[in-house]
Amino acid sequence: MAVDTTETTEVEVFDLETTSVRELNQRLHDLATGAPGPRRYRILNPSGAHALACGLDVEIEVEIEGHVGYYCAGMNKRATVRVHGNASTGVAENLMSGRVIVEGNASQSAGATGRGGLLVVRGDASSRCGISMKGIDIVVGGSVGHMSAFMAQTGCLVVCGDAGEALGDSLYEARLYVSGSVASLGADCVEKDLREEHVTQLASLLDAAAIDADPREFRRYGSARELYNFKIDNAGAY
Amino acid sequence: MGTQAERPWGLRESYLFDRTVIAEIHRAAREGIYDVRGFGAKRRLPHFDDLLFLGASISRYPLEGYRERCATDVVLGTRFARKPLELKIPVTISGMSFGALSAPAKEALGRGASEVGTSTTTGDGGMTEEERRHSKTLVYQLLPSRYGMNPDDLRRADAIEVVVGQGAKPGGGGMLLGHKISDRVAEMRDLPKGIDQRSASRHPDWTGPDDLEIKIHELREITDWEKPIFVKIGATRTYYDVQLAVKAGADVIVVDGMQGGTAATQDVFIEHVGIPTLPATRIAADTLQELGMHRKVQLVVSGGIRSGADVAKALALGADACSIGTAALIAMGDNSPEYEEAYRKIGSSAGFYDDYQAGRDPVGISTQDDELAARFDPVLGGRKIANFLRVLTLETQTLARACGKSHVHNLEPEDLVALTVEAAAMARVPLAGTDWIPGKDDSS
Repeated sequence: MAVDTTETTEVEVFDLETTSVRELNQRLHDLATGAPGPRRYRILNPSGAHALACGLDVEIEVEIEGHVGYYCAGMNKRATVRVHGNASTGVAENLMSGRVIVEGNASQSAGATGRGGLLVVRGDASSRCGISMKGIDIVVGGSVGHMSAFMAQTGCLVVCGDAGEALGDSLYEARLYVSGSVASLGADCVEKDLREEHVTQLASLLDAAAIDADPREFRRYGSARELYNFKIDNAGAY
Repeated sequence: MGTQAERPWGLRESYLFDRTVIAEIHRAAREGIYDVRGFGAKRRLPHFDDLLFLGASISRYPLEGYRERCATDVVLGTRFARKPLELKIPVTISGMSFGALSAPAKEALGRGASEVGTSTTTGDGGMTEEERRHSKTLVYQLLPSRYGMNPDDLRRADAIEVVVGQGAKPGGGGMLLGHKISDRVAEMRDLPKGIDQRSASRHPDWTGPDDLEIKIHELREITDWEKPIFVKIGATRTYYDVQLAVKAGADVIVVDGMQGGTAATQDVFIEHVGIPTLPATRIAADTLQELGMHRKVQLVVSGGIRSGADVAKALALGADACSIGTAALIAMGDNSPEYEEAYRKIGSSAGFYDDYQAGRDPVGISTQDDELAARFDPVLGGRKIANFLRVLTLETQTLARACGKSHVHNLEPEDLVALTVEAAAMARVPLAGTDWIPGKDDSS
């Protein structure tokens, strides 16, 4: 829902030492139903709190000054949330649209099941990054852990560093781009040609993530589509 | 040769290798893959049939049938949610996906449930407009697959059900074979059309009870603490699972026994994993009692609920409500002799049909074939569901009144006895005619 956020340099500040997570989220949710407010928000002393700035549905910018707990920016639409620290499990889970930027590292299941938007992790992301992703684009400046892009359906996972074991296991139609080494590929995940259209897509994603890397140095991985239908000959892979 | 009477004397069928087993061995040898089917467990299991009510007599007063009030209302989600569900009857419609079921069938479930003031539930395919529009009270499932999951549907749902497992396949994920992945289903699930879709068995972003607590907290935050949060578990280690669900902050716990239905699961899973609904109900209720949370965290029981007798017995063992799935499909016409000829054409028979996975349902319920689905009238189907739910409620009231209860929730274990030693042990009620509860330590 559209909201008439005040187009000024005004910043509303929440200090989580004195404001509860509930108060913070309610305030940000109220913007989607017409409550007036500025475009920019700043959250101080997050101290690893969970479910910060989740369920937003408005074009605002949220800066979180420190480390966040589970599910930061979960299910967000349209907002831009930037974490100046590390993020715990499930950052930007089920992201619908908008952007989430983690300046530090992200724990497991970053961007899980995301359906749209862009997640940028400037550091490393742990295991299961992009698990069951459904349209989100994820750009990781560093490396990702094992089982990343497990059952990934659509969208792109870009890894500027290395990928852990079983990358893209049981992959559907998501595109995986890795610059560094891949410890191993999961079931039905294969390396594919990096064509010009992919270089263009990669360049666009890296640009959107403000990460300086040469798209031609990446390799592309995708589904072999051998497990899409049950075949007894593939029993060993099930 | 079909029945015992038609068989020549002297032919003896093996108990171990009966014709069903022989047919399955032949099929497995021919096809080289496990049998996937719908419906629920077909084996004989201890169930509510093995319990009887002790009607009132001199020591208890009955209520006058049809005259003295026996209330049936139930409120689900009173622990934390700002807007608990207020239902008129203690029977709800369980989660069944669009994909597994046709759009008209989902609409009918919503229509029927709404007509009698109860809830229906989405499934592993997201929320359709049809079911939202026709369901006054709709529970939205959060499953491991997260197909179609979005915050808008979370907010327009009336409750959220975190599905950890289901009775037909505790520890297993959903399954939808390629011929049911239509254009619409594929779009809703962000999947290619025609693939054999297997859902994850674990949630993608939480892995244990501590994580679940945080996940529930996130769902509450996204919905501003308005919606009741259900946690659904397949009945296995029910004592521990109920404890952990309470600890994680559930408003409502749904326990689905192994008789619970499915649209597509391996037969070996359906028949060999989990515990029956009967013991699961008593374990869950006793666990809530032990925690001091009985009636504070509501208990919904499902898995083989077919009649008001089943409902009344589950309530007497401590449930707040029951949920129906397979019985609802049957109420809408599934397995009806009316379709015998059509069932025969696809190699089945009325009363035996369980190939929900195949998508060729002649009744138009478990299919994504437009032509088959068009055979099903959602208005008539909704009326049948409403009628069936009314009968379940009337039967439950009948039994409750006979036991002298002015509310169906006043039924209690003391109103029950068991017909078998097994049922007595599982339900923790005396064997009929005795004061013996097997397993109960009375030495102290």
